[in-house]
Amino acid sequence: MAGGSNVTVLDLERESLRAVNRRLQTVGAGAGPFRVSNPRGAHALACGLTAGIEVEIEGHTGYYCAGMNEAARVTVKGNAGVGVAENMMSGEVWVTGDASQSAAATAHGGLLVVEGNTAARCGISLKGGDIVVKGNVGHMSMFLAQAGNLVVLGDAGESLGDSIYEARIYVRGKVASLGADCIEKDMGEAHRADLAALLERAGCVDADVGAFRRYGSARALYHFKSENLDSY
Amino acid sequence: MCGIVGLFLKNPALEEQLGAMFAPMLIEMTDRGPDSAGIAFYRDLPPRGFAKLTVFHPEPGFDWEAVRGAIRAELNATVTYEKNGSHIVIRTDAPARAAALLAEDTDPKIQIMSAGTAIEIYKEMGLPREVARRFELERMAGSHAVGHTRMATESAVTTAGSHLFSTGLDLCLVHNGSLSNHNRLRERLRDHEGMEFATENDTEVAAAYIANRLDKGRSLHEALEDCLTDLDGFYTFVAGTEDGFAVLRDPIACKPAVLAETPDYVAFGSEYRALAWLPGIGRAKVWEPEPAVVYSWGGRA
Repeated sequence: MAGGSNVTVLDLERESLRAVNRRLQTVGAGAGPFRVSNPRGAHALACGLTAGIEVEIEGHTGYYCAGMNEAARVTVKGNAGVGVAENMMSGEVWVTGDASQSAAATAHGGLLVVEGNTAARCGISLKGGDIVVKGNVGHMSMFLAQAGNLVVLGDAGESLGDSIYEARIYVRGKVASLGADCIEKDMGEAHRADLAALLERAGCVDADVGAFRRYGSARALYHFKSENLDSY
Repeated sequence: MCGIVGLFLKNPALEEQLGAMFAPMLIEMTDRGPDSAGIAFYRDLPPRGFAKLTVFHPEPGFDWEAVRGAIRAELNATVTYEKNGSHIVIRTDAPARAAALLAEDTDPKIQIMSAGTAIEIYKEMGLPREVARRFELERMAGSHAVGHTRMATESAVTTAGSHLFSTGLDLCLVHNGSLSNHNRLRERLRDHEGMEFATENDTEVAAAYIANRLDKGRSLHEALEDCLTDLDGFYTFVAGTEDGFAVLRDPIACKPAVLAETPDYVAFGSEYRALAWLPGIGRAKVWEPEPAVVYSWGGRA
Protein backbone atom coordinates (compact mmCIF):
# COMPACT_ATOMS: atom_id res chain seq x y z
CA MET A 1 0.00 0.00 0.00
CA ALA A 2 1.32 3.42 -0.88
CA GLY A 3 1.73 5.85 1.96
CA GLY A 4 -0.40 8.47 0.22
CA SER A 5 -2.75 10.86 1.94
CA ASN A 6 -5.81 8.94 0.71
CA VAL A 7 -5.17 6.16 3.27
CA THR A 8 -7.86 5.94 5.96
CA VAL A 9 -6.31 5.07 9.31
CA LEU A 10 -8.40 3.05 11.78
CA ASP A 11 -6.72 3.11 15.18
CA LEU A 12 -7.74 0.33 17.57
CA GLU A 13 -6.42 2.40 20.43
CA ARG A 14 -9.19 4.93 19.74
CA GLU A 15 -11.94 2.83 18.17
CA SER A 16 -13.43 -0.44 19.32
CA LEU A 17 -12.74 -3.63 17.41
CA ARG A 18 -16.44 -3.90 16.63
CA ALA A 19 -16.53 -0.36 15.19
CA VAL A 20 -13.46 -0.99 13.03
CA ASN A 21 -14.83 -4.28 11.73
CA ARG A 22 -18.24 -2.77 10.99
CA ARG A 23 -16.63 0.02 9.01
CA LEU A 24 -14.57 -2.42 6.95
CA GLN A 25 -17.58 -4.70 6.43
CA THR A 26 -19.93 -1.96 5.19
CA VAL A 27 -17.80 0.17 2.85
CA GLY A 28 -18.08 -0.25 -0.92
CA ALA A 29 -15.49 -1.58 -3.32
CA GLY A 30 -14.06 1.85 -4.19
CA ALA A 31 -13.32 2.81 -0.58
CA GLY A 32 -9.97 2.91 1.19
CA PRO A 33 -7.28 1.91 1.23
CA PHE A 34 -7.40 1.32 5.00
CA ARG A 35 -4.64 1.01 7.53
CA VAL A 36 -5.45 -0.55 10.93
CA SER A 37 -3.03 0.46 13.67
CA ASN A 38 -2.48 -0.98 17.17
CA PRO A 39 -4.03 -4.44 16.54
CA ARG A 40 -2.25 -5.83 19.65
CA GLY A 41 -3.30 -9.40 18.95
CA ALA A 42 -7.03 -8.64 18.71
CA HIS A 43 -9.28 -11.52 17.63
CA ALA A 44 -11.44 -11.65 14.48
CA LEU A 45 -9.94 -8.48 13.05
CA ALA A 46 -11.01 -7.61 9.47
CA CYS A 47 -13.18 -10.71 9.26
CA GLY A 48 -16.25 -11.03 7.08
CA LEU A 49 -15.17 -8.43 4.50
CA THR A 50 -17.16 -8.58 1.25
CA ALA A 51 -15.90 -5.65 -0.86
CA GLY A 52 -12.73 -5.50 -2.95
CA ILE A 53 -10.95 -3.12 -0.58
CA GLU A 54 -7.35 -3.01 0.55
CA VAL A 55 -6.62 -3.31 4.29
CA GLU A 56 -3.18 -3.21 5.87
CA ILE A 57 -2.85 -4.19 9.54
CA GLU A 58 0.21 -2.78 11.24
CA GLY A 59 1.23 -5.42 13.76
CA HIS A 60 0.48 -8.91 15.10
CA THR A 61 -3.11 -10.17 15.04
CA GLY A 62 -5.03 -12.69 17.18
CA TYR A 63 -7.37 -15.51 16.19
CA TYR A 64 -9.33 -15.67 12.89
CA CYS A 65 -7.95 -12.54 11.27
CA ALA A 66 -9.54 -11.97 7.82
CA GLY A 67 -11.80 -14.97 8.33
CA MET A 68 -14.49 -15.57 5.67
CA ASN A 69 -12.75 -12.99 3.46
CA GLU A 70 -14.43 -12.23 0.16
CA ALA A 71 -12.79 -10.04 -2.52
CA ALA A 72 -10.73 -7.92 -0.09
CA ARG A 73 -6.95 -7.87 0.05
CA VAL A 74 -5.81 -7.95 3.68
CA THR A 75 -2.14 -7.63 4.65
CA VAL A 76 -0.93 -8.41 8.17
CA LYS A 77 2.41 -6.72 8.77
CA GLY A 78 3.46 -9.09 11.53
CA ASN A 79 2.41 -12.52 12.78
CA ALA A 80 -1.14 -13.87 12.56
CA GLY A 81 -2.82 -15.98 15.25
CA VAL A 82 -4.82 -19.20 14.92
CA GLY A 83 -7.03 -19.59 11.84
CA VAL A 84 -5.96 -16.64 9.70
CA ALA A 85 -8.14 -16.46 6.54
CA GLU A 86 -10.24 -19.37 7.75
CA ASN A 87 -13.10 -20.11 5.37
CA MET A 88 -11.85 -17.48 2.90
CA MET A 89 -14.06 -17.34 -0.22
CA SER A 90 -11.98 -15.11 -2.50
CA GLY A 91 -9.52 -12.20 -2.38
CA GLU A 92 -6.03 -12.28 -0.89
CA VAL A 93 -4.55 -12.41 2.59
CA TRP A 94 -0.84 -11.75 3.07
CA VAL A 95 1.06 -12.32 6.32
CA THR A 96 4.56 -10.82 6.39
CA GLY A 97 5.56 -12.81 9.50
CA ASP A 98 4.51 -16.27 10.71
CA ALA A 99 1.00 -17.71 10.91
CA SER A 100 -0.24 -19.89 13.77
CA GLN A 101 -2.20 -23.13 13.48
CA SER A 102 -4.98 -23.88 10.98
CA ALA A 103 -4.08 -21.11 8.53
CA ALA A 104 -6.70 -20.89 5.72
CA ALA A 105 -8.71 -23.72 7.27
CA THR A 106 -11.66 -24.73 5.03
CA ALA A 107 -10.91 -21.87 2.59
CA HIS A 108 -13.11 -22.19 -0.51
CA GLY A 109 -11.16 -19.74 -2.67
CA GLY A 110 -8.73 -16.83 -2.62
CA LEU A 111 -5.01 -16.83 -1.90
CA LEU A 112 -3.18 -16.85 1.43
CA VAL A 113 0.52 -15.96 1.30
CA VAL A 114 2.66 -16.41 4.43
CA GLU A 115 6.15 -14.94 4.16
CA GLY A 116 7.36 -16.81 7.24
CA ASN A 117 6.36 -20.21 8.65
CA THR A 118 3.01 -21.65 9.64
CA ALA A 119 2.34 -23.84 12.68
CA ALA A 120 0.42 -27.13 12.48
CA ARG A 121 -2.61 -27.97 10.31
CA CYS A 122 -2.06 -25.35 7.63
CA GLY A 123 -4.85 -25.73 5.05
CA ILE A 124 -6.84 -28.20 7.15
CA SER A 125 -9.99 -29.24 5.23
CA LEU A 126 -9.12 -26.85 2.39
CA LYS A 127 -12.04 -26.62 -0.04
CA GLY A 128 -10.58 -24.79 -3.02
CA GLY A 129 -8.36 -21.94 -1.81
CA ASP A 130 -4.66 -21.53 -2.59
CA ILE A 131 -1.89 -21.19 0.00
CA VAL A 132 1.75 -20.23 -0.57
CA VAL A 133 4.06 -20.50 2.45
CA LYS A 134 7.57 -19.16 1.90
CA GLY A 135 8.94 -20.84 5.03
CA ASN A 136 7.96 -24.16 6.62
CA VAL A 137 4.59 -25.66 7.53
CA GLY A 138 3.88 -27.59 10.75
CA HIS A 139 2.58 -31.12 11.24
CA MET A 140 -0.74 -32.41 9.83
CA SER A 141 -0.89 -29.70 7.19
CA MET A 142 -3.62 -30.22 4.53
CA PHE A 143 -5.35 -32.78 6.77
CA LEU A 144 -8.55 -33.83 4.96
CA ALA A 145 -7.99 -31.16 2.29
CA GLN A 146 -10.55 -31.55 -0.50
CA ALA A 147 -9.57 -29.07 -3.21
CA GLY A 148 -7.10 -26.24 -3.77
CA ASN A 149 -3.32 -25.97 -3.58
CA LEU A 150 -0.64 -25.66 -0.91
CA VAL A 151 2.82 -24.52 -2.03
CA VAL A 152 5.62 -24.76 0.55
CA LEU A 153 9.03 -23.28 -0.28
CA GLY A 154 10.56 -24.64 2.93
CA ASP A 155 9.97 -27.95 4.71
CA ALA A 156 6.76 -29.71 5.76
CA GLY A 157 6.17 -31.29 9.19
CA GLU A 158 4.94 -34.78 9.98
CA SER A 159 1.85 -36.43 8.45
CA LEU A 160 1.55 -34.05 5.53
CA GLY A 161 -1.73 -34.45 3.65
CA ASP A 162 -3.24 -37.05 5.94
CA SER A 163 -6.54 -38.39 4.48
CA ILE A 164 -6.30 -35.87 1.64
CA TYR A 165 -8.90 -35.81 -1.16
CA GLU A 166 -8.28 -33.96 -4.44
CA ALA A 167 -6.19 -31.03 -3.14
CA ARG A 168 -2.59 -30.68 -4.37
CA ILE A 169 0.56 -30.09 -2.38
CA TYR A 170 3.89 -28.81 -3.76
CA VAL A 171 6.94 -28.83 -1.44
CA ARG A 172 10.42 -27.59 -2.30
CA GLY A 173 12.14 -28.68 0.92
CA LYS A 174 12.01 -31.84 3.02
CA VAL A 175 8.83 -33.62 4.07
CA ALA A 176 9.14 -35.11 7.59
CA SER A 177 6.52 -37.76 6.76
CA LEU A 178 3.41 -38.25 4.66
CA GLY A 179 0.05 -38.90 6.33
CA ALA A 180 -2.32 -41.79 5.59
CA ASP A 181 -3.22 -42.10 1.90
CA CYS A 182 -0.91 -39.24 0.84
CA ILE A 183 1.74 -40.09 -1.76
CA GLU A 184 4.25 -38.36 -4.00
CA LYS A 185 2.88 -37.92 -7.52
CA ASP A 186 4.29 -37.05 -10.92
CA MET A 187 4.59 -33.45 -12.00
CA GLY A 188 2.79 -33.03 -15.31
CA GLU A 189 2.84 -29.98 -17.56
CA ALA A 190 -0.47 -28.77 -16.18
CA HIS A 191 0.90 -29.03 -12.61
CA ARG A 192 4.02 -27.09 -13.55
CA ALA A 193 1.91 -24.36 -15.09
CA ASP A 194 -0.39 -24.19 -12.02
CA LEU A 195 2.62 -24.06 -9.68
CA ALA A 196 4.38 -21.38 -11.75
CA ALA A 197 1.23 -19.23 -11.72
CA LEU A 198 0.86 -19.56 -7.93
CA LEU A 199 4.52 -18.72 -7.35
CA GLU A 200 4.16 -15.67 -9.55
CA ARG A 201 1.05 -14.50 -7.70
CA ALA A 202 2.94 -14.86 -4.40
CA GLY A 203 5.88 -12.86 -5.75
CA CYS A 204 8.34 -15.77 -5.68
CA VAL A 205 10.08 -14.72 -8.88
CA ASP A 206 13.27 -16.71 -8.29
CA ALA A 207 11.67 -20.02 -7.31
CA ASP A 208 12.42 -22.84 -9.76
CA VAL A 209 9.37 -24.95 -10.51
CA GLY A 210 11.63 -27.93 -11.16
CA ALA A 211 12.82 -27.93 -7.53
CA PHE A 212 9.34 -28.87 -6.20
CA ARG A 213 7.79 -32.27 -5.62
CA ARG A 214 4.06 -32.88 -5.81
CA TYR A 215 1.99 -34.81 -3.26
CA GLY A 216 -1.64 -35.86 -3.33
CA SER A 217 -4.15 -38.60 -2.60
CA ALA A 218 -3.50 -42.27 -3.33
CA ARG A 219 -7.33 -42.53 -3.34
CA ALA A 220 -7.10 -45.77 -1.38
CA LEU A 221 -9.45 -44.52 1.35
CA TYR A 222 -12.17 -43.40 -1.02
CA HIS A 223 -14.13 -46.62 -1.29
CA PHE A 224 -15.17 -49.33 1.06
CA LYS A 225 -13.26 -52.56 0.41
CA SER A 226 -15.17 -55.77 0.96
CA GLU A 227 -12.09 -57.50 2.42
CA ASN A 228 -12.32 -55.03 5.34
CA LEU A 229 -15.84 -56.14 6.20
CA ASP A 230 -14.67 -58.08 9.25
CA SER A 231 -13.40 -54.86 10.83
CA TYR A 232 -16.92 -53.51 11.20
CA MET B 1 -9.34 -22.97 27.88
CA CYS B 2 -7.28 -21.27 30.64
CA GLY B 3 -4.62 -18.64 30.15
CA ILE B 4 -0.94 -18.80 30.98
CA VAL B 5 1.54 -15.97 31.20
CA GLY B 6 5.18 -15.87 32.22
CA LEU B 7 7.88 -13.23 32.38
CA PHE B 8 11.58 -13.86 32.99
CA LEU B 9 13.85 -10.83 33.26
CA LYS B 10 17.25 -11.04 31.62
CA ASN B 11 18.09 -7.49 32.66
CA PRO B 12 18.21 -7.22 36.50
CA ALA B 13 17.73 -3.44 36.24
CA LEU B 14 14.04 -4.14 35.47
CA GLU B 15 13.37 -6.17 38.65
CA GLU B 16 11.58 -3.28 40.38
CA GLN B 17 9.11 -3.21 37.46
CA LEU B 18 8.36 -6.95 37.28
CA GLY B 19 4.91 -6.68 38.85
CA ALA B 20 3.96 -3.63 36.79
CA MET B 21 4.97 -5.43 33.58
CA PHE B 22 3.36 -8.72 34.62
CA ALA B 23 -0.05 -7.65 35.99
CA PRO B 24 -1.44 -6.43 32.61
CA MET B 25 -0.37 -9.75 31.03
CA LEU B 26 -2.41 -11.69 33.60
CA ILE B 27 -5.41 -9.36 33.30
CA GLU B 28 -5.38 -9.57 29.48
CA MET B 29 -5.95 -13.33 29.83
CA THR B 30 -9.26 -12.84 31.69
CA ASP B 31 -11.30 -14.06 28.68
CA ARG B 32 -9.44 -17.36 28.85
CA GLY B 33 -9.88 -17.77 32.61
CA PRO B 34 -12.26 -15.56 34.61
CA ASP B 35 -12.86 -17.93 37.57
CA SER B 36 -9.63 -17.73 39.51
CA ALA B 37 -5.99 -16.80 39.13
CA GLY B 38 -2.71 -18.01 40.55
CA ILE B 39 0.65 -16.28 40.47
CA ALA B 40 4.18 -17.38 41.33
CA PHE B 41 6.66 -14.60 41.98
CA TYR B 42 10.37 -15.21 42.39
CA ARG B 43 11.62 -12.38 44.57
CA ASP B 44 13.15 -11.11 47.72
CA LEU B 45 15.67 -13.86 48.58
CA PRO B 46 15.86 -14.35 52.36
CA PRO B 47 19.26 -14.35 54.13
CA ARG B 48 21.39 -17.47 53.68
CA GLY B 49 20.10 -20.36 55.78
CA PHE B 50 16.55 -19.01 55.74
CA ALA B 51 13.57 -20.43 53.89
CA LYS B 52 10.36 -18.82 52.76
CA LEU B 53 6.83 -20.28 52.89
CA THR B 54 3.65 -18.84 51.39
CA VAL B 55 0.60 -19.93 53.38
CA PHE B 56 -3.13 -19.39 52.71
CA HIS B 57 -6.13 -19.38 55.00
CA PRO B 58 -9.62 -18.61 53.65
CA GLU B 59 -10.86 -16.73 56.75
CA PRO B 60 -9.85 -13.06 56.87
CA GLY B 61 -9.71 -13.00 60.66
CA PHE B 62 -7.47 -16.04 61.04
CA ASP B 63 -4.87 -15.67 63.79
CA TRP B 64 -1.54 -16.28 62.08
CA GLU B 65 0.33 -16.07 65.41
CA ALA B 66 -0.62 -19.71 66.04
CA VAL B 67 1.35 -20.73 62.95
CA ARG B 68 4.38 -18.70 63.95
CA GLY B 69 4.21 -20.11 67.49
CA ALA B 70 4.03 -23.72 66.28
CA ILE B 71 7.11 -23.49 64.04
CA ARG B 72 9.06 -21.50 66.63
CA ALA B 73 8.30 -23.91 69.49
CA GLU B 74 8.70 -27.18 67.61
CA LEU B 75 11.79 -26.34 65.62
CA ASN B 76 13.36 -23.80 67.97
CA ALA B 77 13.57 -21.45 65.00
CA THR B 78 13.39 -17.77 64.17
CA VAL B 79 10.06 -17.06 62.44
CA THR B 80 8.77 -13.79 60.99
CA TYR B 81 5.89 -13.23 58.63
CA GLU B 82 4.26 -10.59 56.47
CA LYS B 83 0.60 -10.58 55.55
CA ASN B 84 -0.53 -10.08 51.96
CA GLY B 85 -4.30 -10.44 51.53
CA SER B 86 -5.41 -13.94 52.47
CA HIS B 87 -1.79 -15.19 52.37
CA ILE B 88 1.27 -14.74 54.54
CA VAL B 89 4.93 -15.09 53.63
CA ILE B 90 6.89 -16.74 56.43
CA ARG B 91 10.65 -16.41 56.75
CA THR B 92 12.36 -18.92 58.99
CA ASP B 93 15.75 -20.51 59.61
CA ALA B 94 13.99 -23.86 60.12
CA PRO B 95 14.17 -26.38 57.25
CA ALA B 96 11.48 -25.45 54.70
CA ARG B 97 9.78 -28.87 54.51
CA ALA B 98 9.60 -29.35 58.30
CA ALA B 99 8.24 -25.83 58.79
CA ALA B 100 5.64 -26.39 56.04
CA LEU B 101 4.39 -29.60 57.69
CA LEU B 102 4.01 -27.83 61.05
CA ALA B 103 2.23 -24.84 59.53
CA GLU B 104 -0.18 -27.16 57.73
CA ASP B 105 -1.06 -28.96 61.00
CA THR B 106 -1.96 -25.72 62.80
CA ASP B 107 -5.42 -25.49 61.23
CA PRO B 108 -7.36 -27.80 58.90
CA LYS B 109 -8.11 -24.94 56.47
CA ILE B 110 -4.47 -23.91 56.05
CA GLN B 111 -2.84 -24.52 52.70
CA ILE B 112 0.85 -24.31 51.95
CA MET B 113 1.07 -22.53 48.60
CA SER B 114 4.83 -22.69 48.16
CA ALA B 115 8.08 -23.43 49.96
CA GLY B 116 11.61 -22.49 49.01
CA THR B 117 13.76 -19.41 48.99
CA ALA B 118 12.72 -17.12 46.14
CA ILE B 119 9.24 -18.46 45.35
CA GLU B 120 5.97 -16.92 46.58
CA ILE B 121 2.66 -18.30 45.27
CA TYR B 122 -0.66 -16.51 45.56
CA LYS B 123 -4.04 -17.83 44.45
CA GLU B 124 -7.53 -16.44 44.71
CA MET B 125 -10.94 -16.89 43.20
CA GLY B 126 -12.36 -14.08 41.09
CA LEU B 127 -11.40 -12.06 38.06
CA PRO B 128 -7.66 -11.71 37.43
CA ARG B 129 -7.98 -7.93 37.84
CA GLU B 130 -9.42 -8.46 41.34
CA VAL B 131 -6.78 -11.01 42.25
CA ALA B 132 -3.99 -8.70 41.06
CA ARG B 133 -5.47 -5.87 43.11
CA ARG B 134 -5.82 -7.93 46.29
CA PHE B 135 -2.15 -8.90 46.29
CA GLU B 136 -0.92 -5.53 44.98
CA LEU B 137 0.75 -7.35 42.14
CA GLU B 138 1.80 -4.20 40.30
CA ARG B 139 4.05 -3.21 43.17
CA MET B 140 5.90 -6.52 43.44
CA ALA B 141 9.54 -6.59 42.43
CA GLY B 142 11.24 -9.82 41.42
CA SER B 143 13.27 -11.71 38.84
CA HIS B 144 10.54 -13.78 37.18
CA ALA B 145 6.86 -14.61 37.47
CA VAL B 146 4.38 -17.18 36.15
CA GLY B 147 0.62 -16.81 36.19
CA HIS B 148 -2.50 -18.76 35.37
CA THR B 149 -6.08 -17.68 34.75
CA ARG B 150 -8.53 -20.53 35.18
CA MET B 151 -11.78 -21.40 33.44
CA ALA B 152 -12.90 -24.37 35.51
CA THR B 153 -14.11 -27.26 33.36
CA GLU B 154 -13.97 -30.40 35.48
CA SER B 155 -13.63 -29.47 39.14
CA ALA B 156 -15.04 -26.80 41.43
CA VAL B 157 -13.92 -23.19 41.48
CA THR B 158 -11.94 -23.14 44.72
CA THR B 159 -8.66 -21.64 45.77
CA ALA B 160 -7.26 -25.15 46.25
CA GLY B 161 -8.26 -26.17 42.74
CA SER B 162 -6.66 -23.07 41.24
CA HIS B 163 -3.42 -23.44 39.43
CA LEU B 164 -0.48 -23.16 39.66
CA PHE B 165 1.05 -26.07 41.52
CA SER B 166 4.21 -26.33 43.52
CA THR B 167 5.39 -29.72 44.68
CA GLY B 168 9.07 -29.07 45.14
CA LEU B 169 11.11 -26.34 46.75
CA ASP B 170 11.04 -23.24 44.54
CA LEU B 171 9.32 -25.15 41.74
CA CYS B 172 6.13 -24.01 40.07
CA LEU B 173 4.24 -25.42 37.12
CA VAL B 174 1.31 -24.15 35.08
CA HIS B 175 -0.44 -26.31 32.59
CA ASN B 176 -2.97 -25.78 29.85
CA GLY B 177 -4.36 -29.10 28.67
CA SER B 178 -5.13 -32.48 30.18
CA LEU B 179 -2.98 -35.53 30.89
CA SER B 180 -4.24 -39.02 30.17
CA ASN B 181 -1.80 -41.12 32.20
CA HIS B 182 -1.74 -39.11 35.44
CA ASN B 183 -3.46 -41.76 37.60
CA ARG B 184 -0.82 -44.39 36.88
CA LEU B 185 1.99 -41.86 37.20
CA ARG B 186 0.59 -40.62 40.54
CA GLU B 187 0.56 -44.21 41.82
CA ARG B 188 4.14 -44.74 40.67
CA LEU B 189 5.37 -41.52 42.30
CA ARG B 190 3.45 -42.28 45.51
CA ASP B 191 4.40 -45.96 45.82
CA HIS B 192 7.96 -45.90 44.57
CA GLU B 193 9.18 -42.36 45.17
CA GLY B 194 7.29 -41.58 48.40
CA MET B 195 5.69 -38.43 47.00
CA GLU B 196 2.48 -37.04 48.50
CA PHE B 197 -0.48 -35.56 46.66
CA ALA B 198 -3.07 -33.08 47.90
CA THR B 199 -5.54 -33.26 44.98
CA GLU B 200 -6.76 -35.50 42.15
CA ASN B 201 -5.49 -32.89 39.69
CA ASP B 202 -3.40 -34.00 36.69
CA THR B 203 -1.21 -30.89 36.82
CA GLU B 204 -0.17 -31.69 40.37
CA VAL B 205 1.10 -35.04 39.09
CA ALA B 206 3.15 -33.33 36.38
CA ALA B 207 4.58 -30.90 38.95
CA ALA B 208 5.45 -33.82 41.24
CA TYR B 209 7.06 -35.67 38.36
CA ILE B 210 9.24 -32.67 37.49
CA ALA B 211 10.14 -32.15 41.17
CA ASN B 212 11.16 -35.80 41.36
CA ARG B 213 13.38 -35.48 38.27
CA LEU B 214 15.01 -32.35 39.72
CA ASP B 215 15.63 -34.22 43.00
CA LYS B 216 17.40 -36.88 40.97
CA GLY B 217 19.83 -34.26 39.68
CA ARG B 218 18.23 -33.42 36.34
CA SER B 219 18.24 -29.76 35.31
CA LEU B 220 14.90 -28.04 34.64
CA HIS B 221 15.59 -28.31 30.90
CA GLU B 222 16.33 -32.05 31.21
CA ALA B 223 13.34 -32.65 33.50
CA LEU B 224 11.03 -31.18 30.86
CA GLU B 225 12.68 -33.32 28.19
CA ASP B 226 11.87 -36.34 30.39
CA CYS B 227 8.19 -35.25 30.35
CA LEU B 228 8.11 -36.01 26.61
CA THR B 229 8.79 -39.67 27.40
CA ASP B 230 6.70 -40.16 30.53
CA LEU B 231 3.68 -37.89 30.19
CA ASP B 232 0.82 -38.64 27.83
CA GLY B 233 -1.82 -36.10 26.89
CA PHE B 234 -2.20 -32.48 25.91
CA TYR B 235 -0.06 -29.88 27.57
CA THR B 236 1.57 -26.54 27.32
CA PHE B 237 3.79 -26.22 30.40
CA VAL B 238 5.50 -23.18 31.84
CA ALA B 239 7.79 -24.01 34.75
CA GLY B 240 9.82 -21.86 37.10
CA THR B 241 12.64 -22.61 39.51
CA GLU B 242 14.62 -20.34 41.82
CA ASP B 243 16.62 -18.97 38.88
CA GLY B 244 15.18 -20.73 35.81
CA PHE B 245 12.22 -20.52 33.44
CA ALA B 246 11.16 -23.12 30.87
CA VAL B 247 8.42 -23.86 28.33
CA LEU B 248 7.30 -27.12 26.72
CA ARG B 249 4.42 -28.06 24.41
CA ASP B 250 3.39 -31.66 23.76
CA PRO B 251 4.12 -33.14 20.30
CA ILE B 252 0.57 -32.45 19.03
CA ALA B 253 0.68 -28.86 20.31
CA CYS B 254 -3.09 -28.24 20.43
CA LYS B 255 -2.78 -25.74 23.25
CA PRO B 256 -1.74 -22.24 22.25
CA ALA B 257 1.59 -20.63 23.14
CA VAL B 258 3.54 -17.56 22.07
CA LEU B 259 7.04 -16.56 23.17
CA ALA B 260 8.70 -13.16 22.87
CA GLU B 261 12.32 -12.34 23.58
CA THR B 262 14.23 -9.07 23.80
CA PRO B 263 17.63 -8.33 25.36
CA ASP B 264 15.68 -7.40 28.54
CA TYR B 265 13.21 -10.27 28.99
CA VAL B 266 11.57 -13.46 27.82
CA ALA B 267 7.78 -13.44 27.91
CA PHE B 268 5.25 -16.22 27.44
CA GLY B 269 1.54 -15.87 26.71
CA SER B 270 -1.25 -18.23 25.70
CA GLU B 271 -1.91 -15.56 23.09
CA TYR B 272 0.09 -12.67 21.71
CA ARG B 273 -2.34 -10.10 23.13
CA ALA B 274 -1.06 -10.92 26.63
CA LEU B 275 2.36 -9.66 25.52
CA ALA B 276 1.17 -6.70 23.45
CA TRP B 277 1.60 -4.15 26.24
CA LEU B 278 5.15 -5.06 27.24
CA PRO B 279 7.77 -2.34 26.74
CA GLY B 280 9.85 -2.96 23.61
CA ILE B 281 7.51 -5.67 22.27
CA GLY B 282 7.56 -4.01 18.84
CA ARG B 283 11.22 -4.97 18.49
CA ALA B 284 10.95 -8.37 20.19
CA LYS B 285 11.47 -11.68 18.44
CA VAL B 286 7.98 -13.21 18.60
CA TRP B 287 7.39 -16.88 17.79
CA GLU B 288 5.32 -19.94 18.58
CA PRO B 289 7.28 -22.59 20.49
CA GLU B 290 7.69 -25.72 18.34
CA PRO B 291 5.94 -28.91 19.43
CA ALA B 292 8.05 -31.22 21.66
CA VAL B 293 10.91 -28.73 22.00
CA VAL B 294 12.08 -27.54 25.44
CA TYR B 295 12.90 -23.83 25.71
CA SER B 296 14.71 -22.71 28.86
CA TRP B 297 16.42 -19.67 30.27
CA GLY B 298 18.53 -19.17 33.40
CA GLY B 299 19.13 -22.00 35.84
CA ARG B 300 21.56 -24.78 35.16
CA ALA B 301 21.77 -25.90 31.52
